[in-house]
Amino acid sequence: MGNKQTVFTHEQLEAYQDNPFRQRIAQVFSEDGDGHMTLDNFLDMFSVMSEMAPRDLKAYYAFKIYDFNNDGYICAWDLEQTVTKLTRGELSAEEVSLVCERVLDEADGDHDGRLSLEDFQNMILRAPDFLSTFHIRI
Amino acid sequence: MSHRLKGRGEEGDRSGRRPSRKQAARAEGAAGRRGAQPGQKEQAGGSPRPGSPRRKQAECRRHLEPLGEQGRSSAERTSKGRRKRDGRASLKKQRAPPKTEKEVSRQEEMWKRPKKHRPPSLASSASGAECLSEEERARILEQVEDSKKLIATMRNKPWPMTKKLRELREAQEFVEKYEGVLGKGKGKRLYAYRMLVAKKWVKFKRDFDNFKTQCIPWEMKIKDIESHFGSSVASYFIFLRWMYGVNLVLFGLIFGLVIIPEVLMGVPYGSIPRKTVPRAEEEKAMDFSVLWDFEGYIKYSALFYGYYNNQRTIGWLRYRLPMAYFMVGVSVFGYSLMIVIRSMASNTQGRASDGESANFTFSFKMFTSWDYLIGNSETADNKYASITTSFKESIVDEQESNKEENIHLTRFLRVLANFLIICCLCGSGYLIYFVVKRSQEFSKMQNVSWYERNEVEIVMSLLGMFCPPLFETIAALENYHPRVGLKWQLGRIFALFLGNLYTFLLALMDDVHLKLSNEETIKNITHWTLFNYYNSSGWNESVPRPPLHPADVPRGSCWETAVGIEFMRLTVSDMLVTYITILLGDFLRACFVRFMNYCWCWDLEAGFPSYAEFDISGNVLGLIFNQGMIWMGSFYAPGLVGINVLRLLTSMYFQCWAVMSSNVPHERMFKASRSNNFYMGLLLLVLFLSLLPVAYTIMSLPPSFDCGPFSGKNRMYDVIHETIENDFPTFLGKIFAFLANPGLIIPAILLMFLAIYYLNSVSKSLSRANAQLRKKIQALRVVEKSHKSVKGRRSTAESEDTAKDASQNATQLQLTEEGTTPHPASQNQTPGKKAQDPGTSSSASGTTLPASRHLSGAQPPGVRPDSGPARSQTHPWRSASGKSALRPPH
Repeated sequence: MGNKQTVFTHEQLEAYQDNPFRQRIAQVFSEDGDGHMTLDNFLDMFSVMSEMAPRDLKAYYAFKIYDFNNDGYICAWDLEQTVTKLTRGELSAEEVSLVCERVLDEADGDHDGRLSLEDFQNMILRAPDFLSTFHIRI
Repeated sequence: MSHRLKGRGEEGDRSGRRPSRKQAARAEGAAGRRGAQPGQKEQAGGSPRPGSPRRKQAECRRHLEPLGEQGRSSAERTSKGRRKRDGRASLKKQRAPPKTEKEVSRQEEMWKRPKKHRPPSLASSASGAECLSEEERARILEQVEDSKKLIATMRNKPWPMTKKLRELREAQEFVEKYEGVLGKGKGKRLYAYRMLVAKKWVKFKRDFDNFKTQCIPWEMKIKDIESHFGSSVASYFIFLRWMYGVNLVLFGLIFGLVIIPEVLMGVPYGSIPRKTVPRAEEEKAMDFSVLWDFEGYIKYSALFYGYYNNQRTIGWLRYRLPMAYFMVGVSVFGYSLMIVIRSMASNTQGRASDGESANFTFSFKMFTSWDYLIGNSETADNKYASITTSFKESIVDEQESNKEENIHLTRFLRVLANFLIICCLCGSGYLIYFVVKRSQEFSKMQNVSWYERNEVEIVMSLLGMFCPPLFETIAALENYHPRVGLKWQLGRIFALFLGNLYTFLLALMDDVHLKLSNEETIKNITHWTLFNYYNSSGWNESVPRPPLHPADVPRGSCWETAVGIEFMRLTVSDMLVTYITILLGDFLRACFVRFMNYCWCWDLEAGFPSYAEFDISGNVLGLIFNQGMIWMGSFYAPGLVGINVLRLLTSMYFQCWAVMSSNVPHERMFKASRSNNFYMGLLLLVLFLSLLPVAYTIMSLPPSFDCGPFSGKNRMYDVIHETIENDFPTFLGKIFAFLANPGLIIPAILLMFLAIYYLNSVSKSLSRANAQLRKKIQALRVVEKSHKSVKGRRSTAESEDTAKDASQNATQLQLTEEGTTPHPASQNQTPGKKAQDPGTSSSASGTTLPASRHLSGAQPPGVRPDSGPARSQTHPWRSASGKSALRPPH
């Protein structure tokens, strides 16, 4: 196990071409963060994205996926990236910044202007459809 | 390495937080633990040997002791035995950041229960060193249980796969080995079986859910529309679908209990006068123009009231058709009332539960709206559109709530707008009145033109076409939020349509009364004709005359059928007007704008004509009023519901197509109110309004003498009396008579009022309590937020002070037993120390030991270990989970 270093690139994840976060997913689960996965990384990914995975685990990796600059916090820039990806850039800059501001306002528990993992979990665990949407079927 | 460190951290964590347990361990430590030290060393070399514990006490002790130790810490540490000594040494260091505090917290919880009875048993084991005594057995058992739990919860851990595999294998080995000792080894298989069942169950549930979703008609169409046009447009289509469902049920009722029995078992067409086309109409009865007006053969068919015979029972089933007809008419209203009220109630219930999501509107949209299951590019496009739409909707809401403006101006404009609209309503009311009066004059004249005949309908259609846009223009003055604006618009158009409806009804009533007054003469004529026919001379007296052909019998005008025909016509013309409006107003306009744009002098798409927006208010009200027509007409035209079902079905497809092909989304998209209770409320009002005329005609007008199931009776509801008298035993009749006594009914009504009052006040007080609780939660959250932010600020200052405190408290610390409070220290380090690589810290254990021990005690009692420093740790997962594990309940 794990000694066959089969390399997965995100070209091979063709089925998920439509996911706006596909690159992020590949990066988060790959060992060196460049989006190339070993078999173990791949298995990791599907163990997290499987239907059986628990909330906490999913929330943890969701946080990592949305943390675009890997600094351990979801800051305004990360939020902007998320919105832009989700809407394919159809919102104007004003609207994007309004949305980001509101998100920070809602979920930032300690008012440091960015979302820590705790803030994120606090928020996401109340979301009604997080569990039902954050998984991948193969 | 990291694995070992984690284990260590855990142990520290555990012992640090459970003093009672710790003391017990200490008590035991003197007798057992120190003595077992060699055994531990032995174990450090390899895997624990099960051996034969029963043979020698010492050996048994050696094996079991480390187990107990491990068991106490956590199941994860099963693999940790071989590093025990190392771990013990570095415990003092207390350098290792706890890797999976989350796990600890969870496991701590599992530990809590068995722990309660632990300390005494441990003490006893310390005194009497019984091999495999009850306690030890229990301890192994617990440990095995823990390993099993670890296996079960393996997937909860954010570890890389290799580590998971290793841990899993170790835990499984452990379980296999020691389950043998305890005499049960089928855990693995049972576990595998359970997992299999769980998996199958999940799959089954998923398939079943998919199946259920597929069973919802037009779900994909509506989702499609929702993603492009927003939830407000989709709410119309959902309403349409709901309406279709209701109408299907009504159709089933009427069709199954009235029309089919009549067709199957009633006397066939042409056998009696009411089932035959009169001689005068026979020639034209099959012409399309006649049929189109629901005259001719259609008029004398089971679609209308007049066709039904007043025979008490029909067919070999002795089916009581008149009774069934009456009961179905009543139950159509009963069912509609029930279903409308029930769906209103369920909508209200749904609204109460989701107070949470109001706090995180944007966050939820941002982080949970993408469905990772989407693997189809078309669906993905829709999803992108719908996310953008929903963001826009929320932004409009947001902007609307923050808007500040000149209140006086707005107020003035709103009053002005309302004034203008009231003027419009009065004007249109007068116009209708005028036209109706004129039409009554026309009806007395002989040859009137097509326009004069249809003037009322034309005027009403024109009003319906032009007033709503006018209202909308005026409503632009008011500057409401679009959702509120939609409600106003709905209310105004409702008032307009209501006027139309009631003038229509009044005209109809006049007609009915006219026909009723003529009825007596027609009755006489009929009798006279029949009498003359049978008694006329010039026929051979010995042979009985063949009965008069039913087509030749003179008959009354049958006002019920006339009313039914009116409603039928109105429904059909309404449908046609709607479709033509869509075709001309939306589709042709869209085509024109789209294709003429190439050769036009200004930009048609962005400029004047542009594409049409979907008119939610008009369509919703059209639907509601149409339904009112159905309710009113269905008693006199049982086939009306069937036509309506067809209409709804076609308009579902047609409008879906029209929206997607030729409409553009609203400029300011807005979210539909979660429950479409406003629509339902209007529907309920219309239902009530349409119940009134039907009830009036049933209760106070005599049925026609020669058509319909109630002919020959004084009133339609006499059919119930008749049934009770003839078909029920006499005492039941008496009971019914007694129940109908006003002396009983009035108290019953009073009682109902009291009950309503009581329930109403209860629900009010409940909702008040609900609101208060919500407020409390809100306040708590605010407090928590501010608390956290204060703590966050304070903690940074604190961590700088820690070193000082540490040195001050050093002496105090020496007294504490080693390894008792190691864990808080690991969190309470200064950021600089934390940044150190765990590896180097463990290697430098000797040197850093005293300092860190000081640190561990440096914790002032008032400060919780979950304060600042944890936050500033480099690894967010650990810090956050640690916090959640440690946070005391506020």
